[in-house]
Amino acid sequence: MAADGDRKPAKKLNLKENYALLTRGLGWEPSYQKKEDIFRTVDFEGVKIHDWDKWEDPFRLTMDAYWKYQGEKERKLYAIIDAFQQNNGQFNVTDVRYVQALKVFLNGIVGLEYASHRGFNILGRELPGVGPRIAAQMQAIDELRHATTQIHAISHYNRYFEGMAEFPHQFDRVWYLSIPKSFFEDAVASGPFEFIVAISFAFEYVLTNLAFMPWMSGAAFNGDMSTVSFGFSAQSDEARHMTLGIEVIKFLLEQDPANVPLVQKWIDKWFWRGYRLLALLATMMDYMLPKRVMSWSEAWTIYYEENGGALFSDLARYGIKPPKYADVTVKEKHRVSHEMWSVFYTVRDALGFPIWLPSKEEMDWFSEKYPETFDRYYRPRFEYWRELEDKGTPFRSSTLPKLCQVCQWPCLYTEPDDASEFVHRQGEYQGEIFHFCSDGCSDIFHDEPEKYVHAWMPVHQIYQGNCFKEGVDPSAADFNPMAAALDYMGIKPGVDGGSMRDHVDAQRWESWTARPANMHEGAITDAVRKTT
Amino acid sequence: MPVKAIKPGYHGDYKDGVEKFHGQQLLNISWDKHIMFGFPMCIPVPPQMPFGALIEKVLPGIYGSHPDFARIDWSAVQWSTASGAFVPEPGRSLADHGLRHKEQIRFRTPGLDGHNGAG
Repeated sequence: MAADGDRKPAKKLNLKENYALLTRGLGWEPSYQKKEDIFRTVDFEGVKIHDWDKWEDPFRLTMDAYWKYQGEKERKLYAIIDAFQQNNGQFNVTDVRYVQALKVFLNGIVGLEYASHRGFNILGRELPGVGPRIAAQMQAIDELRHATTQIHAISHYNRYFEGMAEFPHQFDRVWYLSIPKSFFEDAVASGPFEFIVAISFAFEYVLTNLAFMPWMSGAAFNGDMSTVSFGFSAQSDEARHMTLGIEVIKFLLEQDPANVPLVQKWIDKWFWRGYRLLALLATMMDYMLPKRVMSWSEAWTIYYEENGGALFSDLARYGIKPPKYADVTVKEKHRVSHEMWSVFYTVRDALGFPIWLPSKEEMDWFSEKYPETFDRYYRPRFEYWRELEDKGTPFRSSTLPKLCQVCQWPCLYTEPDDASEFVHRQGEYQGEIFHFCSDGCSDIFHDEPEKYVHAWMPVHQIYQGNCFKEGVDPSAADFNPMAAALDYMGIKPGVDGGSMRDHVDAQRWESWTARPANMHEGAITDAVRKTT
Repeated sequence: MPVKAIKPGYHGDYKDGVEKFHGQQLLNISWDKHIMFGFPMCIPVPPQMPFGALIEKVLPGIYGSHPDFARIDWSAVQWSTASGAFVPEPGRSLADHGLRHKEQIRFRTPGLDGHNGAG
């Protein structure tokens, strides 16, 4: 060709070709290793996939575009977090009770984002199809980003408030944090198809709207712009994750009829596991937001019963039924947050955050939102406890709970049709006794008992003498096993838990902001100006 | 199937076998209708402990703060395990009552159904 300044390059790739090359085009057929040696975990669950090319990429994203979009979002997010910090945004939230909800989030939930990152990395390695492998890799990076941005957004609060500094240590050791931890470890220890149905579909698609809609609007309503910002920054990722969830389900169901009962079993299991995990969210929404957006009961009605109802009507054409025991969740929506807060109150000395009784204003709100249950079961209890506090003999429970072998919550839930009796479900496997909080958890155990017989149950571990720091002598005369166990968990007795009235966060809040630590009950220190 | 695993026949060690509790065994206890306590309790006990000692020495430490507790008529209490009702004999041990590691006992106190509806 002559160098005449009129060189014609080849035609530019169109978007579709570019997309194909940067996604499906990245795969290859192995030549010197057998496929089954490379993808070792794809068969044992019994799922049948005939054609991976039928997979529709739900993300429509190539890696180069992904980095660009995420980079944009990061720049915006960190600009807001900077502004929040420079303006002392931590003092603009409603009151210091809200900060306690952030502690639960940081200590209990951020570790799940990281666990999810690990789980999707495993899928990115184990799934033979290129499309789902790329989707899993992107989600793995998303989850890591969520853990990072959450830690950064909340780290500013850590400079001012107790109970946040040791979050990775606490996540691995604190007795009630074994609940979220064991949830994700159950998922990660499953095969790749169970994991993706569990997390992408049952959790992300069916249940996480509950976290992102009412909880994030709760953060906004209570003045926490930092948390709202990471919520929004994560939300466009969540939309992709949900699309992945529904694509996975349709793909598995369309590939082979033998997949239908497996998928149904995993939906039943992980709906129940996810629902039990969300009990924590129910409690945060109803009790820990000084300004409330909606009740847990309302949120469950909208985001599960109505939205979930529509979803499962749509999936009926594949032979999929709504999750087993969904009817129990509807019965429990009238009480789960109240039962949980009662437990937090009774065991407050062993928690990583302080607890308070609901104010009169809050109880009136509960009476209105929970007409079937609140005045009958929980108002008399809270009023009695208030009476005991005023007498100087506050109610507490110092004995450790019977735990559910599957979800690891204390067996605190009541019978679906009788809110005055605990659920008792005892089972046996190979002559050993196990206990469950519900029929849902009992079914999960009996389907795969070997997966749960070696669960690390915090109460049993404490009694076995495994929860003490190195160098502690349990035979010493002044040995206090409960204090030693809390120390091991990273909870400082007298600092982290207890009653909000006496808590150091409350005292500091009042001296720094000159506003009451509890906006419904007036000041607890002289630091607050008399005008309040 | 006990578990679907990559390697067939997978078995995980029992994390909570009785041999790991230094001569004690776990006992779960539920005082029915008294849900103010939040959950049934779990305690380690020597299997040779007499049932009478459980009533006199252990239960007051767990449930004594409840206003109903002092009013319990112990002769009228209804006891049960997952296998049904039983009548305890104060002088005989927990093991003599057939209570195995991690067993749960429930007791119902007729007429005492929680403090003013508060559980």
